[in-house]
Amino acid sequence: MSHSFIASTLRGFTRALSKALVSEQVSARPGLLQQLDPRVRLVGMLALVLAVVLCRRLDIIAALLGLAVMIAIASRVSIASLAKRVWLVIFVFTGLIALPALFITPGSPVLILPALSLAISAQGLRTAILLVLRVETAVTFTTVLVLCTPWVQVLKALRSLHLPAEVVTMLAMTHRYVFLLIETANQMFESRQSRMVGQLTGPEKRKMTARTAGVLLNKSIDMSQEIYLAMLSRGFRGEIRLLDEFGMRARDYAGLAAFLFVGCAAAWMGR
Amino acid sequence: MATAFAVQDVSFDYEGIPALRGLSLQIEQGQRVALLGANGSGKSTLLRILDALYFPVSGSVNFFGEPVTPGRFQQNGFALNFRRRVALVFQNPDVQLFNPTVFDEVAYGPLQLQWSKADVVRKVDETLEFMGIAHVKERPPYRLSGGEKKRVALASALVLDPDVLLLDEPTSTLDPRGQSQLVDLIQQWKGTAKTVVTATHQLDIVEDIAERVFVLDAGTVMATGTPGEILSNVDLLLKANLVHAHRHSHGGVVHSHPHSHRHSHHDHEHEH
Repeated sequence: MSHSFIASTLRGFTRALSKALVSEQVSARPGLLQQLDPRVRLVGMLALVLAVVLCRRLDIIAALLGLAVMIAIASRVSIASLAKRVWLVIFVFTGLIALPALFITPGSPVLILPALSLAISAQGLRTAILLVLRVETAVTFTTVLVLCTPWVQVLKALRSLHLPAEVVTMLAMTHRYVFLLIETANQMFESRQSRMVGQLTGPEKRKMTARTAGVLLNKSIDMSQEIYLAMLSRGFRGEIRLLDEFGMRARDYAGLAAFLFVGCAAAWMGR
Repeated sequence: MATAFAVQDVSFDYEGIPALRGLSLQIEQGQRVALLGANGSGKSTLLRILDALYFPVSGSVNFFGEPVTPGRFQQNGFALNFRRRVALVFQNPDVQLFNPTVFDEVAYGPLQLQWSKADVVRKVDETLEFMGIAHVKERPPYRLSGGEKKRVALASALVLDPDVLLLDEPTSTLDPRGQSQLVDLIQQWKGTAKTVVTATHQLDIVEDIAERVFVLDAGTVMATGTPGEILSNVDLLLKANLVHAHRHSHGGVVHSHPHSHRHSHHDHEHEH
């Protein structure tokens, strides 16, 4: 008999965990970004994302997308997985958002659809391409950064850039306990599956999901209280202190200068 | 040696549900103590009171002669000194591992206590080596096994080199080898100034980890004595739900007797 709902939920949990493992494997490879100080990666990628956002010329944004792909290849990120996980998904979702712009933006028509009494204008086409290309490029830079940098280093880099310690700690703990809750939910679904016979109806599935969510919420509240006690026990007094072990070398300064130069040049040329 | 903890007539409840009822006990400096009791007897609550995470509703706790009260913890000096000298290892290691990597986890306590960064790095590396977990120092806690998590939790307490170590069910989730290593570790502290208080219901390790035993039942001290005195008192163990009456038959005759699982050296035996 089929327990497709539970089985697909379990598959979802497993996927979430395996994605995190893939990210850790990529960040451990010797590549271009991996060799730079995490702060340089963070600032450099943010500068390039900012350039993409400020840029209005399609050719410059396309060149930036090319640069993102080159950085990904040099950092040993799989282009196939980037295309499947990022470009395709972004194309579908941003494409849907950009779709109306094709028809409602006034301008000279380049294609007329008589059956729908609609016309695609040149300006509308440009606006839609600009939107999709911008999002694709910005998300590619961000994904490459996240894949090449362990989450803990991203957090430390944010802290060393003076993001408040409370925010950094909150992000770190969210990342830490999300996995624990996924594991717990996974075990709850597995134990349910081991005791179930037959197929669930729609309302039963919804009831089960709601109950699982409720139990998880209760568990997470209990756990948050326990974690706070564990923090107090080890000397937490409201002030968060982190160990900052980063050190800048010559190649880090060169990398930072290159990223900032490209970012500024692209923003100026594409204005 | 001085008295590390003097607990006098302490009561505590969780929103009206009593956990400790007029509990009194004294723990001397350098003493290795076991708190024995069934689930819900108040062991974990007592450890949290000793670690000043909870404060009694009534009664008093003194630490080396100084009263432990919420007011004292408003003073930075007292709070930092107490947290350096007393460390608690929680029963569930997951609540204690809230940092992104093992290294950060072990470094958390020393950083909060404002050690210099060089000292933090040196001491953390030493502790990771000592606990045999240096190879997982960059790993996030969700990628550790149950036994590794427990070792990291222990390392995060030991790194502070505390005077008093409070252990809540420390052998749970540890494999037999890990359990033996922990028992060896506690045995090393015999005769030193280090005070170790272990809450457990695992009878087979008590003789190795304690010179003094307090048996807890329904939030109060039911009995106290040496491990030999306590473990040989079958009626007491039955009353405290630490052993159970085991019924079985020999040649068609059914009889019952107290039953517990104890490990003797490398063999496993049933105590009849």
